[in-house]
Amino acid sequence: MAVEQTDAQLVSRCRAGDPEAWNEFVERFSRYVYAICGRGFRLAQHDAEDVFQEVFARAFERLSELRSDDAVRPWLAMLTRRLCIDRLRLNARDNPSDAELDEAAVDDVLGQLDDAMAVRAALDKVGDPCREILDSFFCRDESYRTIGDRLEIPAGTIASRISRCLDKVRAELDGRNRASRPS
Amino acid sequence: MREMNGFDEEQIGRLLRLLPPAPEGWVRAAQELPAARATLDELVARAEQDAAFRLQLRADLERAVAAAGYEPSPFIVSRLRRLLEEV
Repeated sequence: MAVEQTDAQLVSRCRAGDPEAWNEFVERFSRYVYAICGRGFRLAQHDAEDVFQEVFARAFERLSELRSDDAVRPWLAMLTRRLCIDRLRLNARDNPSDAELDEAAVDDVLGQLDDAMAVRAALDKVGDPCREILDSFFCRDESYRTIGDRLEIPAGTIASRISRCLDKVRAELDGRNRASRPS
Repeated sequence: MREMNGFDEEQIGRLLRLLPPAPEGWVRAAQELPAARATLDELVARAEQDAAFRLQLRADLERAVAAAGYEPSPFIVSRLRRLLEEV
């Protein structure tokens, strides 16, 4: 299994000026920020790009203001949310016919994204090749043939590998819950 | 983390689908922020000290950044435009 670094450890390395840490930070949270912009607030791609860059620019500048390194994900979610709302308000000023924001629906999506990040963390813990297979299939919509060709494994075995990998992720999630539950 | 017990394979797959990768160019631009930040600091410091350079930036920001020997990336240009309002 892959060695997993906690969010707090990663933030701490960023603060210490470790040049690789910032790359890993962006890599770890880019999907989350992207999904909040797209799925949560349904921003157009060019607006999402502006918000995405602004989130990471502010995160880079203000990481030292974070009160608890463990809280980096909710902090990023709040920052992204605020910038998305600003962008929607700006657009609504130019185009008043834009639909009003359904905050309850956004909260619901953000809750699902938190679950998705937990699943993602479990997948990182399981590591490759499962990570690559599941990411290719579920996140990149690649066909069995494309995955098989790239990983040099028979396309006919991809379905069973996906099933086994999902089992491993579920076991990892169950293990985490047992470990975090008071005895 | 919310309680994740009881998630079956289908639900795990559905949750994974919620997090597709962000476009590579966006990720790369965000990863280059530390270097871009150093460029910005240099440009702002020069603008603060050099009135002629400041005027060039205000007249044609992208051209002035390129003429100073820096890549006028969209991030640098937009960030610098904002910072110049404070100079």
